[in-house]
Amino acid sequence: MSTGRLPWALWRAQILAILRLEMKKTFVHRLWIYLLAFAPVLLYAFHSFVQLKNGRQGDLGEDTHIFAAVFQFFFLRLAIFFGCVGIFMNLFRGEVVDKSLHFYFLAPLRREVLVVGKFLSGLLAAVLIFGASTLLQFAAIYWYFSSNTVQEYLFHGHGVEHLAAYLGVTLLACVGYGSVFLAAGLLFRNPLIPTVVVLVWEAVNGFLPEVLQKISVIFYLKSLCPVGIPAAAIGLGRGNPLALIAVNPAPASPATAILGLLVLSVVVLALSSVRVRRMQIDYGAD
Amino acid sequence: MNRQEADQRIVFEDVSKFYGEVLGVNRVNLSIPAGITSLVGPNGSGKTTLLNLMTGLIRPTRGRITVLGISPDEPERLFRKVGYCTQFDSFPKGLTGYQFIYSYLRLFGLEHRAADRLTGQAIERVNLAEAAHRRIAGYSKGMRQRIKLAQTLCHQPSALVLDEPLNGLDPLIRAETIALFRSLAQEGLTVIISSHVLHEVDAISDQVVLLSNGYVVAEGQIHGVREEIHEQPMQILIRCNKPGDLASLVFQQDSVVEARIHPEGHSLLVKTRDADRFYLLLNRLAQGGINIESVAPADDDVLSVYEYLIGTEEPTK
Repeated sequence: MSTGRLPWALWRAQILAILRLEMKKTFVHRLWIYLLAFAPVLLYAFHSFVQLKNGRQGDLGEDTHIFAAVFQFFFLRLAIFFGCVGIFMNLFRGEVVDKSLHFYFLAPLRREVLVVGKFLSGLLAAVLIFGASTLLQFAAIYWYFSSNTVQEYLFHGHGVEHLAAYLGVTLLACVGYGSVFLAAGLLFRNPLIPTVVVLVWEAVNGFLPEVLQKISVIFYLKSLCPVGIPAAAIGLGRGNPLALIAVNPAPASPATAILGLLVLSVVVLALSSVRVRRMQIDYGAD
Repeated sequence: MNRQEADQRIVFEDVSKFYGEVLGVNRVNLSIPAGITSLVGPNGSGKTTLLNLMTGLIRPTRGRITVLGISPDEPERLFRKVGYCTQFDSFPKGLTGYQFIYSYLRLFGLEHRAADRLTGQAIERVNLAEAAHRRIAGYSKGMRQRIKLAQTLCHQPSALVLDEPLNGLDPLIRAETIALFRSLAQEGLTVIISSHVLHEVDAISDQVVLLSNGYVVAEGQIHGVREEIHEQPMQILIRCNKPGDLASLVFQQDSVVEARIHPEGHSLLVKTRDADRFYLLLNRLAQGGINIESVAPADDDVLSVYEYLIGTEEPTK
């Protein structure tokens, strides 16, 4: 079948129907994801409040490094990571546990279209939650500076550029971790096992040989972060091997990083589609 | 069977399904035509396994299945022609009855207006219009059963696969639902019903498939199935004015193994190994002064056939 004859309009309509059904489920009943996502906003708001009380004695450069460190160590590696576990792992797994997956399997729907529809619904939710958090974090950390300083940083420094890069990294993190945890939800009954495995793999990524580093999400995300974290800023000397967690000695170029992450996600989603195509409804076994 | 015939039937060719080492069904060969076909058997006999196999929810370990010419591996084609009412009593969270059907129809790629119209029709058909905008979580068992039936019917399929569809329905709705199945079968639909309520199966089926321990024990029209059970003599009930005289006459026939006068005194129950010969004999006897009011087979129903073939593992009568 040539691509011209594929029923794109039908698939688009079916994906929209899946999105309508899934979005409601994805946004509600997950309070802990919101807490995780917006915790840095509260932290920065408190920091700004204290700075305002102390007469604005902060340093914009220092805050930029704090933002970069919190973004890499907490937001990417924990908040988005576990948020994606909660959202994407449940797209199929949650419905098997609720015994409601057959609703989709009884519709005239290609299973591949179902995978895409569910992934997009998870992605939309994750990007809206974590994207909003990134924006609010950015606003909250620089809130206490005078408007002139902020405008100078945004429009004459690298502020807007940094914000766009952080939003882009957030989006790509949701794509990367989303695809990985959607697949994990299909392969494992117990979500703890893949979560721990991926968490450890991502954590030790900096110590792995270069080839293996590329089979991870964090490698590409670190390469795209706009502000590097000086090892000294996190209390590690230059020779300390733990500095490798923060620093990427051989970062990929932005194009390679974006393409690498997208390719990784597409491959994982393609494998997930094959898995869903072969999937049987056997709630009793679960 | 040629291709055109196969495209109008549900065909199982040497199908087996094992769950690990546990047998689901074994070496099933069936060719189910249009009309109402009931799958009958005790719990664990393989009824739901067969239904799940024909709708692709599970895959056969061996063999080949086609439903109206379509492989169950192609849900995108299959469910445009087939509706399946499963036994699963679970629904996507938070939906009303209307949203449940409407969302399902939108998955067909239908636009709002068409989906809305078909949703309304399906809900009307199962008499749930008043509760349509209430959440399914608040429905009674019978209402949940009916909303599943509405989902099965809403896209106007050519074949309906119904797993215990009458479960949880009150007697009035049960009667209406049976009438609905009959009218759908008369419209030319293939209707497959799994049930353990034998008198209902008897009342609605054009043909039956009897299952026991994962094997098809018998299949076909119930009368034909009964005739194939040679080891059990056919029972025939005759209402007449002189049952005693008739009993002495029929006893002279080799094929008659038992004749018993009914306690109320106007009927005779005869057990014979050759029903055709017996009916011919009755014609002669009727000309000899015995006034025969009615003659009817007494064990040519699903219940009797079930007891003869499957025996003690009795489902609900």
